[in-house]
Amino acid sequence: MSFIDPCAHCEEMMQPYLDHVLTDAEMAEAEAHLDECEHCRRRYRFEESLRVYVRQATSEQMPAELRQKLSALRIPLE
Amino acid sequence: MSAAGTVARMDGAEDAQRLATEARDRVRFEEDALALADQVYRVARHLANSREDAEELVQETYARAFRSWRSFTPGTNLRAWLLRILTNLNIDRGRRQQRAPQMQPLEANDYYLYDRLAEDGDGPSDEERVVERLSQDDIVTALAEVPHDFRDVVVLVDIGDFSYADAAQILDIPVGTVMSRLHRGRRILKGALAESALEEAEA
Repeated sequence: MSFIDPCAHCEEMMQPYLDHVLTDAEMAEAEAHLDECEHCRRRYRFEESLRVYVRQATSEQMPAELRQKLSALRIPLE
Repeated sequence: MSAAGTVARMDGAEDAQRLATEARDRVRFEEDALALADQVYRVARHLANSREDAEELVQETYARAFRSWRSFTPGTNLRAWLLRILTNLNIDRGRRQQRAPQMQPLEANDYYLYDRLAEDGDGPSDEERVVERLSQDDIVTALAEVPHDFRDVVVLVDIGDFSYADAAQILDIPVGTVMSRLHRGRRILKGALAESALEEAEA
């Protein structure tokens, strides 16, 4: 008899779920599990927050001098 | 006036017209490309190993883009086109001298990082705020520890907001490879974040 751990399966579906690339059937399956499983729900919410946080942490402004250097690379009109 | 003279004069007028159109297209191209510089830099900053490398890379990218602007097809994705130049330059520069990777990076399961952060007693434990236990530096450092092949994909998709298809085109790899590298790359990133969180907890 085989036993499939529903949480392990849900963990595997997390990345594709958050990337919106699951099929409708897989999506429904994941959501059904999330509805009844606090354990996975918390971890999915964490993953979403982490992605936002990574984006914020890496949104470094371009130095102003670099912008000037790039403009200077333009090819002058004859 | 001879017929030949009239034709030559018309050719001259057509040439002038063509040059004017080309100049206008080129100026527009350069302006469009410069308007994307912030977004290009943000991606470059995390593809390259340092701020200095990123600045050089962006400059080389724009120098090349301005020279070869004719090979861009108007109406297609200019940001992806610029990033393709940039990733190629980055690979050509022999960036492979990655900062001493002494250990195989830890590739934890997807839930591992949350479990580590949440089990570690004090501080907020709700899922939206537990990320705040990681500092901005933790994220930047952990990302730099992800091996290049994986990092490229994570940076393009999760920071650059490119689709799988765009990332595949930029890196010239199949979409399936983008998906598997993205998956592993995110796990390696989370493994590195878990390590730095544990080190801080112990310190």
